[in-house]
Amino acid sequence: MRFIARRLGLFLITLWVALTVNFFIPRLMPGNPAEAMMARYRGRVNPEAMKALEVAFGLNTHKSLPVQYVDYLGNTLTGQFGTSFTFFPQPVSTVIAQALPWTLGLVGVTTVIAFLLGTAIGTVAGWRRGGVLDSVLPPVFVITSALPYFWIGLLLILLFTVVLNGFLPSDGGYDPTLTPGFTGEFVVDVLAHAVMPAITILIISIGGWILTMRNNVVTTLAEDYITMARAKGLSNRSIMWQYAARNAVLPNLAGFAMSLGFVVSGSILVEYTFNYPGIGYMLKSAVDNQDYPLMQALFVLITVVVLVAVLLCDFLTAALDPRVRTEG
Amino acid sequence: MSAIAANTGAAVEPTAASTPNPSSRGRRGSGVWRAVRGNGKAMAGAVLLLVFIVMAAVPQLFTSVSDPNKRAFDLSLPPSADHILGTTAFGQDVWAQLVWGTRLSLLVAVVAGALASILSVIIGISAAYLGGIPDAVLSLLTDVFLVIPAFPLIIVIAAYAGGGSLTVLIVVLVITGWSYGARQLRAQALSLRRRDFLESARVRGERSSYIIIFEILPTMTSLIAANFLGAALYAVLTQAGLQFLGLGNPSSVSWGTMLYWAQNNEALQTGQAWWVIAPGLCIALLGAAFALLNYAFDEIGNPALRPVPRARRRRQAQEATR
Repeated sequence: MRFIARRLGLFLITLWVALTVNFFIPRLMPGNPAEAMMARYRGRVNPEAMKALEVAFGLNTHKSLPVQYVDYLGNTLTGQFGTSFTFFPQPVSTVIAQALPWTLGLVGVTTVIAFLLGTAIGTVAGWRRGGVLDSVLPPVFVITSALPYFWIGLLLILLFTVVLNGFLPSDGGYDPTLTPGFTGEFVVDVLAHAVMPAITILIISIGGWILTMRNNVVTTLAEDYITMARAKGLSNRSIMWQYAARNAVLPNLAGFAMSLGFVVSGSILVEYTFNYPGIGYMLKSAVDNQDYPLMQALFVLITVVVLVAVLLCDFLTAALDPRVRTEG
Repeated sequence: MSAIAANTGAAVEPTAASTPNPSSRGRRGSGVWRAVRGNGKAMAGAVLLLVFIVMAAVPQLFTSVSDPNKRAFDLSLPPSADHILGTTAFGQDVWAQLVWGTRLSLLVAVVAGALASILSVIIGISAAYLGGIPDAVLSLLTDVFLVIPAFPLIIVIAAYAGGGSLTVLIVVLVITGWSYGARQLRAQALSLRRRDFLESARVRGERSSYIIIFEILPTMTSLIAANFLGAALYAVLTQAGLQFLGLGNPSSVSWGTMLYWAQNNEALQTGQAWWVIAPGLCIALLGAAFALLNYAFDEIGNPALRPVPRARRRRQAQEATR
């Protein structure tokens, strides 16, 4: 269980580092951006919100830096992120709660599909070492996983919306003329809007899974237990899935944590490209409007979600792989 | 993502890369070159990269336009003999912008990639070599930077810095780009630690700095090269993403900036597809060049991943179908 304790420790320390960085960035930047923002919004929002901001950014306050820091940590941990400017007078947490399901749905579902599909293709490619799949796939997916997300998105828009004359919608998360609700029409519309963003993320993220899985399977092929399984006369299919793939997938699971950062970065660009109303699109509009409270809350939120996902992955790896549990 | 593909290679690599026999160490450089020439993926990547380097060094060879940002032509022209990719909604030649934009895009990739790999070499190898508490601290630092989502952090920093100057851009790319390489290099350096040639250097009484620079580093050239390529790829894509979001310097000439202006003017909807396709394609090709070279270095370091020669391939295919 030392493994679990260590990963939990890393989780807490990383969280603390991210929060601290988030606290110091606005205070260390030259030219005091927070003050400039306050000046611009003065008179447009009520004095109480202004006061809260002064506290949040350490302006016009007699509190020392350490006291501000402790206040900030307390506020963040209890989910008090202040008031958004762009969506005034809604508090930041309400604004974020509206955007979160869109991103979780899009990125979550797409990542699971990419993982399952990529792992399956990678297994077959690595198993048929030197076969057609194995010689064609690696170079192709080395290139697709190096493509810029937003460019693929733009190409899809060009193909499906411009050339095919509005075959798929490219703007927003749903048709604003429909009333949101669990009606068949609305659900279909939401799915139609999600197709292109999802395909974009899928095209780029699947390559990593395929390549890693293929390489892992290639390495397991030389193992004694594969020879043993052959000697027992098991069918090729069951050796491939139950012997090679099961062992090869473990490092892939650990890679999941790493890839999540990439996917999250990509989804910010994808959401911006398609005006998809999720967290990434909101981050971009917060930056455009210099809505610093919203921006910082979004950064904290994204970090926490990624860290929790990484932690869950670690737990899963520990549960599945005895070697990880016993080492160190 | 291609960095992830490199991961499994590195885990296996030490045995392949760390058996330096005296005769081959002297001409290691030529060995790398021979390996690149013998590998199709590496060759394709190297040729692509060379084309971009020439474009960045002497853009005058490819276009007669000397100031690509000047609004010198008619607006929104379709492709023609005079403007092979047409003109932008501001009356700039798309091809000229593309050619001149190579310089900044490539410069940022190479500089940020190089600085990030230097940082990962320093941190990764000192962690492995020093061991104990310094190792624990440096490894923790590496892990923390590895899991903090980099792109949102970069956006926040760029937003507070009021849009990215070149320095800000490179600094954030280096800060967020070093950790992956550091982890790989530490793993390999650890596996080297108890090798005979290092023991003998220690017994000879060499200083740590000498051992690290002249004994450890030369055995890791291929991994360091792969790390540089990975970091450069990361810099290409992240830089383009930032510029596309408008967080670069909007008046600079680069591929990401071109896409930013194209998106702002709804180039796709107004029939100026080339304004979008061309710069994106260049980013993709430069990214592909780095990724292909990176993957090839992985194959060179880890023979198990290399493509199987045709004769063996046929035999194995028969076995598999049996």
